[in-house]
Amino acid sequence: MSTRSNAVIVRNLCKNFGETPILRNVSFSVSQGEAVVIVGASGSGKSTCLRCINRLEEPTSGTILISGKEISGPVIDIDAMRRRVGMVFQHINLYPHLSAIGNVTLALRFVAGMNRKAAREQGMAYLEMVGLGDRAEARPHELSGGQQQRVGIARAMAMKPDVMLFDEPTSALDPELVGEVLGVLEKTKDAGMTMILVTHEMQFAREVADRVIFMDKGSILAEGTPQAVLDENEGERVQAFLRRVRH
Amino acid sequence: MEQLGHYFFNFASLADSWGDIARAFGTTILVSILTLLLGIPLGFVLALIRLYATSRNRFLALVRFVLVFYADFFRCVPQLVVIVVIFFALPYAGLSLTPIASTVIGVGIVLSAFAEEVFWAAIIRVPKGQWEAGRSSGLGYVATLFIVILPQAAKMSVAPLTNRGLAASKATTLGSVVAVPDLLSVTSSIQSAQANPTALTVGAILFVVLFMPLVWLCRVLERRMETA
Amino acid sequence: MNEIISNFFNVGVVVQVWPLLMRGLGYTLLLTVVCLPLSVALALALACVSDTSSRPLRTVIALIVDFFRAIPPLVLLIFLFYALPLANIDIPQFAAAAIALVLNNASYFTEIFRSGLAAVPVGQREAARSSGMSWTKTMALVVAPQGVRNVLPDAIGNGVELFKQTAIVSAVSIQELLRAAQIAQGMAFNPSPLIAAALVYFLIAWPLMRLSSRLEHRAISR
Repeated sequence: MSTRSNAVIVRNLCKNFGETPILRNVSFSVSQGEAVVIVGASGSGKSTCLRCINRLEEPTSGTILISGKEISGPVIDIDAMRRRVGMVFQHINLYPHLSAIGNVTLALRFVAGMNRKAAREQGMAYLEMVGLGDRAEARPHELSGGQQQRVGIARAMAMKPDVMLFDEPTSALDPELVGEVLGVLEKTKDAGMTMILVTHEMQFAREVADRVIFMDKGSILAEGTPQAVLDENEGERVQAFLRRVRH
Repeated sequence: MEQLGHYFFNFASLADSWGDIARAFGTTILVSILTLLLGIPLGFVLALIRLYATSRNRFLALVRFVLVFYADFFRCVPQLVVIVVIFFALPYAGLSLTPIASTVIGVGIVLSAFAEEVFWAAIIRVPKGQWEAGRSSGLGYVATLFIVILPQAAKMSVAPLTNRGLAASKATTLGSVVAVPDLLSVTSSIQSAQANPTALTVGAILFVVLFMPLVWLCRVLERRMETA
Repeated sequence: MNEIISNFFNVGVVVQVWPLLMRGLGYTLLLTVVCLPLSVALALALACVSDTSSRPLRTVIALIVDFFRAIPPLVLLIFLFYALPLANIDIPQFAAAAIALVLNNASYFTEIFRSGLAAVPVGQREAARSSGMSWTKTMALVVAPQGVRNVLPDAIGNGVELFKQTAIVSAVSIQELLRAAQIAQGMAFNPSPLIAAALVYFLIAWPLMRLSSRLEHRAISR
């Protein structure tokens, strides 16, 4: 595993909101094709950590490298970096004034500069991959929450990023809709995408993740295989957390 | 830069005119206040009449139609046109009004049309359940209206009314077109007489000083409605 | 009754002066068609810049907008028309009128668009930016379309206000519709042209005002 190149390297990441430290010296790396799940209680800093990777939050200090290039410096082209990093949001954030295919192709046309036909072809391929090829012209409000999030995943994937970030992708969904999204996430992992997920879905973490990182109060407390971190870990805080979260 | 001062801020040239300017400023304020005193209560009364006229009586249906037409018409016609019609056309019907009266009535009527719409929109926004609650506790129609409904409608009306009131107050400068000796017409005359724009600059500054607090009040009220 | 008709609704007089009135209407519409896009563009730009900016810049923009909301449009017009030439700054008539109208109207549009943009959720900006979209493209493709749609009724209403505001340029003797009607009245010694002009304003503004109301009711009931 260590012979695969590192897709994402995070070194000594610190983030303060005003005087309050949210992230304290967080360091980890993600190899290409790996699926890493970050878990922890609310306030542990896991979402902030994820959002620092594509600089939706600005790190206070530390280094972040994506595909070998440093992206945490002050002078880098943030837009160019974000083309290579896809993000899926807890609140989905589909563009309500565009159809499903419109959502998927917007960045293809206006960021990647593809022409309308090529963008549509590529976009449709990803919509079909998430099982919504037949709803391409539907508007977001005509789709269920689960369907919307699947479109959200297709939207991010269509840009063919180096790494995909998932910020609690199923937390805002009704329980019966969670399964269809987890199914798509498994497919994404099987297709070889490098993924970093923040989630509360422990069963999913056990089945799909290559590695689990447990964060608490801004630091990494435990890191390793799902079994090592979730099932065999004797640590008090991990146990307390697992007791509070279902399955 | 000096040129700017000589042209626009040549206060010395105004030495004799400050009295006229002060009087004109007073006229502007007076006309604005009269307009507000006419337009807003009139709009309120019209909204109440419209509320009363919502029954299946043929006469009342006509009243409602006339009211809606009045509100629509005077929101579509420019204020200056209304003033000009009152001042120049009504004399043909034997009704000659002074410049100030024409301006107050003209802008006041337009304000009343907007005010009626604002009050009406606010009244129908008060949930039906409020009416039911009031009536079922034994309050009569009028009592329910004044004790339960109108206070809630008033809260919703304040922001848009302030906006409209500000617009009407500024519109009183249109009176200068029919020779009301307001701040605009007086400073404008002084400017022509002296061939120096300082007078109008002073007038403009005074207008801004007069209306800026109202603009800020509008901003505060609009923000409060946004976050509500 | 007959007197009222022959004085105020005299069809004969109106027919005679109709060409004059129509020329005036043409000027009114020209002013509207020129000023409206300029006003919208200026306001949208200011609102977008204000949306993303630091507090100081937002305050400066707000102050400028408030200044042009506070100053009566006629004062602004007369200033541009008569005061500037006295300081040896000459602007062509149409330009002076257009500038006064645009500055006044854009100040209202800026407030309208600002509140429309503010109502677009932050997540929309995040989604667009995180796909690599630049700030300008994010505004143009994602935020502004939603923001403008949010405030469409108010925006249409403000457009109608601009159309009505053109009447103030009659005060500097520009021959738009109101001035034309006043001239016609002087020629015919009959105020019917004024009434006719009022009706023309009404007939043009009314459908747009109704449209704005209908959009507003649809938005509330959604």
